[in-house]
Amino acid sequence: MRSAWAGAAGGARRAWALAAVRYFLILVVALAAYAAVLLIAGKDPIKAYVDIVNITLGTSNGRSEVIVRMIPLLLTAIAVAFPSRLGLINVGGEGQLYMGAWLATWGAITFTSLPAGAFIPLLVVLGFVGGGSWAAIAGLLRAKGWINETISTLLMNYIAPLIVGFFVYGAWRAADSSSYPQSPAFPAAARLTRFGDTRIHLGLVLALLALAAYWFVVYKTEWGLKMRAIGGNPEAARRLGFRVGLTMVVVLFVAGGVAGLAGMAEVSALYGRLRAGFSPGYGFVGFMISWLAGGSPLGMLAMSFLLAVVFSGGSVLQITQGVPFAAVNVLMAIILFIVLVQPQFWRRRKT
Amino acid sequence: MTWALVWGVLSGCIMYGVPLLYATLGEVVGQRSGMVNLGLEGILLVGASVGFAVTAETANPLLGVAVAVLAGGVFNLLYAYLAITRRANQLASGLALMFLGIGLSALIGKAYIGKRIVGLARYQVPGLSELPWVTKTMFNYDVLVYISVPIAIIIWWMLFRTRWGLSLRAVGESPTAAYAAGRRVDLLRYQAQFLNGCLAGLAGVHLSLALAMAWTEGMAGGRGFIAVALVIFSRWHPLRAIAGALLFGGAVTLQLQLQAQGTGISPFLLNMIPYVLTLGVLVLWAGSRRSAAPGGLGRVYYGED
Repeated sequence: MRSAWAGAAGGARRAWALAAVRYFLILVVALAAYAAVLLIAGKDPIKAYVDIVNITLGTSNGRSEVIVRMIPLLLTAIAVAFPSRLGLINVGGEGQLYMGAWLATWGAITFTSLPAGAFIPLLVVLGFVGGGSWAAIAGLLRAKGWINETISTLLMNYIAPLIVGFFVYGAWRAADSSSYPQSPAFPAAARLTRFGDTRIHLGLVLALLALAAYWFVVYKTEWGLKMRAIGGNPEAARRLGFRVGLTMVVVLFVAGGVAGLAGMAEVSALYGRLRAGFSPGYGFVGFMISWLAGGSPLGMLAMSFLLAVVFSGGSVLQITQGVPFAAVNVLMAIILFIVLVQPQFWRRRKT
Repeated sequence: MTWALVWGVLSGCIMYGVPLLYATLGEVVGQRSGMVNLGLEGILLVGASVGFAVTAETANPLLGVAVAVLAGGVFNLLYAYLAITRRANQLASGLALMFLGIGLSALIGKAYIGKRIVGLARYQVPGLSELPWVTKTMFNYDVLVYISVPIAIIIWWMLFRTRWGLSLRAVGESPTAAYAAGRRVDLLRYQAQFLNGCLAGLAGVHLSLALAMAWTEGMAGGRGFIAVALVIFSRWHPLRAIAGALLFGGAVTLQLQLQAQGTGISPFLLNMIPYVLTLGVLVLWAGSRRSAAPGGLGRVYYGED
């Protein structure tokens, strides 16, 4: 009995160590491959990596910026992982993020005289509803059997930023900033709290809460188990009396809501205004994070940290070496390729 | 509505429809083999940037087209390797290709932003362009426009009138049954994906050498995803893809014409037209499409060992 317990604990520790080794190896291989790309592009990879490490992880400002980047990545990753339990592929985190920011901005510039105690919860609700409703459209289309949610969420990613642009360049265009089209400034009470003198904001707490809620619902409740049952065989679930269509809409609403929180937090905490095209593709990266982590909560935390470093590194290289920011996509693609190729050191367990 | 507007919209339909047609045709071939490739967006960008770079360096747009086609095909072999040989998830493999294409094209194209080139030469259709009520823009296109419909017909012929096409469609319906009938599933899928990549590269190079005559980052603007939707719209048929591409080319042109006429409608609303139209058309089509989809679409084929 005793030895069995010890064995189980040792097994868990071993699994942890293996996971850590996997993440480390994948990073080494990816960085080596990206170094080759940088070399071909005529840049100095060693200097590039030294710059990234020094600037992003070597300074307290850089470290806090990595955490700031992590917030939308973690939230949009959860927005992908949650519906994937039901077999739904939500590639629309980017659009949902924009719609969350959009509805939150409407609240912020409409109810200007609210006190902070009421404003922040209002923004959280509006951000959630904005992103959630956007995703629920895709859920409805899927539940009706009209359009596959992969296609609809992908296409809606291109519509949402246009809606934001329509308002920012039109009805909401601030009079005080003629050169750069953006919404009026949020009232001070509508700015998410920041911690200390960093740019890290309340969104971090929201993201961690969302992650905890995701873990609890998926792994600890009967409902989480039902989701997997429906995802595994929708037809059987339907015959057993589950309301499959309704579940799809609700789950996508919640997922989109979580992505909407990311958009709300970005505009409220960082900019205090809504701007067109404020997201550098967080939603797509969130999809990648969720996929790389196989939906595991701790994996998503680790992966969103890693990709936040990659993202910050992209800005560093843009400044120090003139590498276009879009080139970080190459590094992300390399990481994804390595995992997809499934070399010996990276065998995903079937979940 | 003046005749100039009518002709402008019609010729725009064609110019904007042609890249969509090539990308859609490629994806039709790919999906007929049972594989969804969401990486089209990345291939379009690679084709556009490579074709533009070659043309800017050599001043030979036809060479640019040839290199872009080849680059698209080879680039897509990466997706094929992941999704066929490594049996990876098709959607994730496609998105990996998209990320790579966005990044690589930004690196390739960086030196060519703002460069001017002589794009693909335009040829008038003898006779037709001299008709009195036809403006100069009608019947005056580059070679990629003229060969687009013949290529669609060739693809149709390959898929539905050759042994190769029959085998390919069998693989798409049921890889296991096709394997049992002696077809080489993986090889056929590789061939389909190479062709898919070539056609997407052609679509991309038409964007940079004929439509925009310039390279800008992310210039495909979601056309790769619209093409995936158009495959569903055309019910996996190459000839119906012509109608779909023209319709969506028309949506883009109408939007541009309305902007140019200064109707006062926000350009942001007009820019939504193609995406909203795509969603709307898919909803209208929903009832009848299930029967047309290849049976094995999107599933990983694990082989028989």
